[in-house]
Order: sequence, then structure tokens, then C-alpha cells
Amino acid sequence: MEFSKNAPILFVLVGIVIAVVLAQSVYFLVKSLRRAKAIGMDKALLRKTIVTAAIFTVAPAVSIVITVIALSQSLGIALPWLRLSVVGSLSYEAIAAANAANGMGTTLASFVESMTATQYVTVTWVMTISIMVGIWLVPVIAKKYQKGLVSFENKDKKWSDILQNSLFIGMISAFVGFVFCDVGRLWSSEDGWFAVVEKDAATGIEETVYYASTSGLVPVLVMASSALLMCLCGVLIKKLKWRWVNDYALPICMIAGMALAIPFTAWLGGTL
Amino acid sequence: MKNNKNYSYMDSVHRDGRIWNIAVMIVLLLFPLVVGFIFSAAPDWLGLGLGLAYTAPMYWAVGIVEVITFIPMLGAGGSYLSFVTGNISNLKLPCAINALENAKLDVKSEEGEIISTVAIAVSSIVTTVIIALGVLLIAPLDPILSNPVLAPAFDQMLPALFGALGVALISKNWKLAIAPVALMLVLFIFVPALDSSSVGIMVPVGVVFTIAVSRFLYKKGLI
Repeated sequence: MEFSKNAPILFVLVGIVIAVVLAQSVYFLVKSLRRAKAIGMDKALLRKTIVTAAIFTVAPAVSIVITVIALSQSLGIALPWLRLSVVGSLSYEAIAAANAANGMGTTLASFVESMTATQYVTVTWVMTISIMVGIWLVPVIAKKYQKGLVSFENKDKKWSDILQNSLFIGMISAFVGFVFCDVGRLWSSEDGWFAVVEKDAATGIEETVYYASTSGLVPVLVMASSALLMCLCGVLIKKLKWRWVNDYALPICMIAGMALAIPFTAWLGGTL
Repeated sequence: MKNNKNYSYMDSVHRDGRIWNIAVMIVLLLFPLVVGFIFSAAPDWLGLGLGLAYTAPMYWAVGIVEVITFIPMLGAGGSYLSFVTGNISNLKLPCAINALENAKLDVKSEEGEIISTVAIAVSSIVTTVIIALGVLLIAPLDPILSNPVLAPAFDQMLPALFGALGVALISKNWKLAIAPVALMLVLFIFVPALDSSSVGIMVPVGVVFTIAVSRFLYKKGLI
């Protein structure tokens, strides 16, 4: 069969893999809902959890679709569809594909023009094997690891609770720091512009982009706005007893923060 | 009696999770094999070896650290699902945290385990369906989603997410948060090598540092 990176058979194969992954999610959803019913959990709480999780997921999922579109230039549509539905992320997939291309003595950009079946298969193997660790390691260690955590909790309940909160705070602190990673442009720029060598995720081609020195403040302002809106939601819940706000506060604040990023970027985040 | 029931449910989650994850792993590995068979194409072995040598060591190391870091936060069912469907720190974990916060449950309890699994399963289903719709409608959607006017909104999704989530969690645990937040701010602002691609590596660093600080505060009776 003649190869094309958008051959219909590739969509059929990817569709089968994604159907298996989707079946796993449906299986665990049904299993946990059955268990919830068996132990008499509040149905309204479960319904709220489902609706909130679904609403919260929409914006991040749309951003993943944008990633599929970006990668489709070089890898076709089927492979990014598979890779971003199972495990992947833009940065990982682009790096893995570029490394596989470099290993074959070519570049990711060259795949925009043409890609052979051998190149496609090689790129797919590299992407698949390199990211697979979580899929097999969780079955290997999760049960023993969780039993260890339970016995640890039985020894010192208070410290176990603090440890749990420390995990969440540790993760959040890394993301808070990440939001400030470009603030240094304020004092490192020349003539109000800061040069950044960027690699196009779709093609791997490098180019120098000049950002306004204030561009690093955009994510900071977005985070601050989103945090302030969350505080406002807290006030509405406590003072006006609008308890329904509690369920939708996170997606509302996230989407409002994303919307505010548009004027903030126009104000502070210009490029030459 | 309740403990026995709890134990057997958790056992069944691990049993089913193992079966599903190994099945998904086999199906994923079959994909390049079948593609190669259909198009009569073997991999470029040198390219494959070099590509793996450049990529696998770092991502396997990160993957191992992520598994150890995220399992206690995601719960059992959530872990099996999340490490198959991906996008953990930017989607599945915030989704589970939000669901547990709203329900006022701890993921270590059976009810918390159920809520976390339900939230992550729903999030995985919705993500898969939206990506599939995006692929199906890629021609009409491309000009809308690739519109430069909307680009800043999607570029700033993580700050928008972690602003809202962060204020909710940090306000409840501010004593735990002061030192790690200060450390991460100093590192990300003053170490030029730490850019937006470093956040995945810095999550375990933040977690280990926070645990160390918490242990110190706990031993001193300050929390």
C-alpha cells in the first residue's frame, strides 16, 4: 500500500487504540459509580462531580486540539491525534519526533514536505517507547505503594494529612514559580526588547523572536486576576450563600483568566 | 466489616487497573508494528536507536518521579487512568483536586478515591471526545482555533488555572506554602536556565522541598 501520513487506514488504527483507552475510562467511571451506590454516597454529590469535571475539562481539551493542529503539519493528523489522546503533550511529542528525525539524519521540518513509511514508523516507535514508563510502572508499584501509605497513615494520622497537603502545595508552588519565569525580561532586555530563540513545535525550525520587556508580566497578571476572581467567588459563597458558585468557581475563573490574557497581551506582550 | 469491604474494593481497582494498563500498553505497541506491516516498512534501526538514546532516558526518569509523586494525590483508579490518558499536572490532577475540595473529601478515604476516579474518568472521556471532534472538524476549526486573537488565551491557560486553584489551596495551607513558593519564585526568576519547559522537572523538586519543610515545622510543633 502506498504510504501517506494522512492515509485513511491510519485513522482507523488510531480510532481502535483510542476506543480501547475510552473504554478504560468508561469502565472505571461505571465501576466507581457502582461502588458509590453500594456504600450509599450522595447522588447529588456524584452528579455535581461529573458536571464540574466535564465543564472544567473543555478549555484544556480545546488547547490540546490546537496542539494536534500544530503537529499535524509535520506528522499528519492521525499520529498527533493518537499521541495527544494517550499520555502525550505538545512539548514531549515535538521533542520525541524531532529527536527521532535527527537520529535518521533529517529534521522534523522536512516531514512537512514529505515523509516515508520508514520515517513514520521510526518516529512512532520513539514517541511510544519513550513515554511509556507511567503506563507499566503504575501497575507494578501502585498497590504496594498505596498499602505503604495506608500503614504510614495508621502510625501518624496528623503527619499523614500534612504530607498529603504538602504534595499538593509542592506541585502548586512549582507552577506559581513557572508563572514568573519570564519576569527577568524586565531587567535583561535591550532597548525594551528581549530576544528569545524559539523552536517551532510543528517543524523544529529555530527562529529569534523579540518580545517586549514587559511580556513576562502577562502570565503574572493572568494568574493574579484568576486568583482574585476565585477570592470573589469565595465572598459570594460566604456572604450571599450562593453555594452553586462553589461547583463552577474553578472553570469560571480559569476561563475568565484566559479571556483577560487577550487584553493583557495586547497591552504588555508585544513582539517585534 | 467496613475495612474488609474497603480492602476488597481497592484490591479490585488494582486488579482491573493492571489488566487495563497492560492491555493499553500492548495495543499502543501494536500500532507501529501494524503500520509497519501494512506499509511494508521496518523502522530505521539507527534512527530508532539514536532517537531513543536522545529521548528515553530523560522522559523515563521524569516518568518514574511523576509516578511516585502523583499516585498519592490521584488515588488508585485515578492513577491507572491518568498515566494512560496523560495531561496529568495540567488537567487530570487539578480536576481531581477540585472535585475533592468541593466534596470536602480526602483521596485516602474510599469516598475520596471514588470522587477522584469519577472526576478523572469524566475528564478523560470529555478530553478524548473533544479531541476526536477537533480531528473530525479540523478544516472548519483550524482558522478559528489558530486565530492569533485567541492565541494569548490558550497560551495563558496554566497561569489562569493555577491562579484559581493555587489561591484556594494555599489559603488553607499558607504556613506550608510560604517556603516552597518563595524558593520557586527565586529559582524561576533568577535562574535563566529554568524556563516554561522546566515546570515538569520542578514539580518533584517542589514536592520534596515542601515535605522537608513541613516535617521540620511539624517536629517543631508549628503546624
